[in-house]
Amino acid sequence: MARTRRGLQEINAGSMADIAFLLLIFFLVTTTMDVDTGIARKLPPMPEEEQPPPDILAKNIFQVRVGAGDVMLFEDESGKKVRGSIENLKEAAKMFIDNNGVNPNHSENPDKAIISLVNDRGTSYKMYVQVQNELTAAYNELRNDASLNKFGKRYIDLSKEDKKTIKKMYPQKISEAEPISSGK
Amino acid sequence: MSKFRKNGSKKMQAISTASLPDIVFMLLFFFMVTTVMRETTLFVQVKIPDATEIKKMEKKSLVSYIYIGPPVERMQEMHGTAPRIQLDDSFAKVSDIQEFITQEREARDEKEIPYMTTSIKADETVKMGIITDIKQELRKVNALKINYSTRKRERD
Repeated sequence: MARTRRGLQEINAGSMADIAFLLLIFFLVTTTMDVDTGIARKLPPMPEEEQPPPDILAKNIFQVRVGAGDVMLFEDESGKKVRGSIENLKEAAKMFIDNNGVNPNHSENPDKAIISLVNDRGTSYKMYVQVQNELTAAYNELRNDASLNKFGKRYIDLSKEDKKTIKKMYPQKISEAEPISSGK
Repeated sequence: MSKFRKNGSKKMQAISTASLPDIVFMLLFFFMVTTVMRETTLFVQVKIPDATEIKKMEKKSLVSYIYIGPPVERMQEMHGTAPRIQLDDSFAKVSDIQEFITQEREARDEKEIPYMTTSIKADETVKMGIITDIKQELRKVNALKINYSTRKRERD
């Protein structure tokens, strides 16, 4: 009775900080700030019915073959397939795409250029990602150069509309054939 | 002068800690909001390869993950060391992928389905055969947007 007359006693809030700290530490520990990153690709849709493969001039195709032992073959300037290393792939791909009819063995123009990637079932995923990465790098560099020439800005700094124009100049055409199997 | 002297001569006053809970709560709310809890336990070892031309993945809620790799050590006795596929919280076969994607789609809004992405988190050592099989399955269910999960590496 005496207490009510004196008014409500305040609850001691001194331990509030401790409770909050405890929760804070829990969330600190469980938090994962990392963002997922990766190479984005679009798979081709399943063909509706048997249709003949489109007619493409052989010189407009840049074939990259990666064998079971991660051995890579791609075309050199004369159009012959030679063993190549991952370091040279980007430059070779860039030369092929941005040929514009200069070299008769390479593409007529970037729009017609197609990169065909053939894997073996025994190729390692690491190698595959690396090849994909180099090919993407080739396109990204070409787009960046074109953007610097045309707009004086880097490709990543362009507006959406401008990006589209550049993308149209250098459409990314990477075709993946069904993998060959030369053994397990 | 006298103002300072008066203070100095007295005993040091304790700093009020009354606002400490407020500060801590603020931090707490920040971490609560940014936290994304890992919803799956990995049964497979995945050391994703690195690449330079990477993109950030947007809209995490629309991403379904496929993990491929050799089983973790404590599972190797039962499941061997050959690479396996993990969907959600269990091992799966290649043929389970179609159903998995269908389930993932049902959980989302119909409008969001075209934006759904499948992230392939595969170990470096995995062979392309299994990846190709998965890609074929994804094509069959028309889940065409994929992402090869990679870490960032600087170009040398």
